[in-house]
Amino acid sequence: MEEKRIILLSCGQFDRAFLKKVALAAEAEYRHAVITEECHLDLNPFYNPARRQYDGDRLLRHIHLCTDTEHEKMIGLFRVDLYIPILTYIFGQAILGKSVAIASVFRLRNELYGLKQDDNLLLIRTIKEVIHELGHTFGLIHCHHQACVMHSSTYAEEIDLKSSTLCPACRSILADGQK
Amino acid sequence: MSDKISILIVDDEDSVRDSLLNWFIEDGYDVAAAENAKKALQMLETRDFNIILADIKMPGMDGLELHRRIRALNRESIVIIMTAFASVETAVQALKDGAYDYVTKPFDPDDLSHLIRNAASQIALRNENEALKKRVTTLEEVDDLIGQSEAIRLVLEQVESVAQSNASVIITGESGTGKELVARAIHANSSRRYFPLVSVHCGALTESLLESELFGHEKGAFTGATFNRKGRFEMADGGTIFLDEIATISPKMQIELLRVLETKSFVRVGGNKEITSDFRVICATNRDLGSMVRSGTFREDLYYRLNVVNINIPPLRERVDDIPLLVSHFIRKYCTSMSRDMITIEPAALKQLEKFEFPGNVRELENMIERAIVIGNGREIKLKDLPMGREAPDTSVESLDELEKRHIEQILAKYNWNVSRSARALNVDRVTLYNKIRKYDLKHKE
Repeated sequence: MEEKRIILLSCGQFDRAFLKKVALAAEAEYRHAVITEECHLDLNPFYNPARRQYDGDRLLRHIHLCTDTEHEKMIGLFRVDLYIPILTYIFGQAILGKSVAIASVFRLRNELYGLKQDDNLLLIRTIKEVIHELGHTFGLIHCHHQACVMHSSTYAEEIDLKSSTLCPACRSILADGQK
Repeated sequence: MSDKISILIVDDEDSVRDSLLNWFIEDGYDVAAAENAKKALQMLETRDFNIILADIKMPGMDGLELHRRIRALNRESIVIIMTAFASVETAVQALKDGAYDYVTKPFDPDDLSHLIRNAASQIALRNENEALKKRVTTLEEVDDLIGQSEAIRLVLEQVESVAQSNASVIITGESGTGKELVARAIHANSSRRYFPLVSVHCGALTESLLESELFGHEKGAFTGATFNRKGRFEMADGGTIFLDEIATISPKMQIELLRVLETKSFVRVGGNKEITSDFRVICATNRDLGSMVRSGTFREDLYYRLNVVNINIPPLRERVDDIPLLVSHFIRKYCTSMSRDMITIEPAALKQLEKFEFPGNVRELENMIERAIVIGNGREIKLKDLPMGREAPDTSVESLDELEKRHIEQILAKYNWNVSRSARALNVDRVTLYNKIRKYDLKHKE
């Protein structure tokens, strides 16, 4: 069986070095090749003027249509503020056990919370968020270990509390799922 | 993460259902969704959900009505009402109806996470509480209901099988066999155990007092009724009423009791307001109610109403095997209550107890042991500490003359043959005493 690859889809003019570091971290965690690709997606159809946010559900479905689900997993990385109808915002979203996920750096930026810009912290938070959402695509659910990357985070500082790696239990579930 | 918690999402919007489904699945919950209240109720017919998130505005039945229907089904699900239109009135109504919480769409992810986590911990606490209650229930025993004989085992089996039902029970048995203990055991092992067990000793009360005791009275109902008073039936609401010596109640009270048992409602003496009470009746008697019914002194309809289950407690003489166990139990009980070291009983004393008839049954045995502990040496109950071991009155004297002779002899000896003082003590004159001395040929032994 052909080895699956992971595509990190840049949907927001990210710095190449930034993308590379995120890709390398994801590759190290999941032991799959992670390729970065540029995407010039027109986000206007996904914009909700009433909420001044972008519809995460529709973006996820759109990316799903562009994915070769047999041979790859894809995560779209955005700069815009994402939401789903029931929630005021999301950091990212995935379809559990399927091939696609999305994540946004919008709410991971320190500046949004009135703090000093911190590019390194942004990179670390992005890596954690990308690995977390990819974990869902591999069928992992939220983990109760505080340090596990699959621990649920609903605000930015909570992301900082966890590590960027899977705990042994989640790693074992992942290994079982990949057999 | 929380794989035991099940969540049902009820919302007519596909996007809301899908988003929440996805969110909760990622959290590891067992999630299902329904597009309207009707579908949700259908799903609830086949399975339970720990948490139900229901939209307030749905075509057909709204979230508040769905919540009322869920409550009517007596489901313990935690219901959280969701709405896109926040209004104080609907929030208050939802909470008044017993909803766990009320959230406005769209939710802050952190708020949703907290809400579900709190609901999940409440469910965990409730489950833990139930589990602990069950454990306590299985440990429930009633003190003093002791024995391993076949007869007492049969009683305990009957207690166990009848406890969970609501059936009326008549406990029969001789005085002192432990009828009230059996009633306590039934109550303690029933679903009513967290409510009171109210005992009424019918035999100790006159008809009018019993009426007031059972039904209560209103202020001014009779001389001395200076306050409103709840009756025993009212006090037993949710629990059990134990009517001891039921055979002693008057024909009038029998009619009153029958009416109350049939309607579970009554009026306080001097009152006019109908009061309802949910109680279970357990009666006890040492008389043969069946023969009282045949002789017309006890109402047949009341007898059948009360005698749904009959538990007969055998007298102690028919379960001699239980005496050693009962003795050790009472020794433990009284040594503990008197703060004494544990003592034993000598084999000879125990043997005598096993031979004894015990007309007063277990109560008599208990009193004997308590007395023996009080008067004994503090180490071992000896035969002499028991009533059957004490020196019996001299019965060797067979005739009245012989008895009189001995008594006069004893009195004369006591007063050193002073005839005047002896006559005074015997309450006879001196001449009579001299005649008796001659008659019995009594002689002063120097």
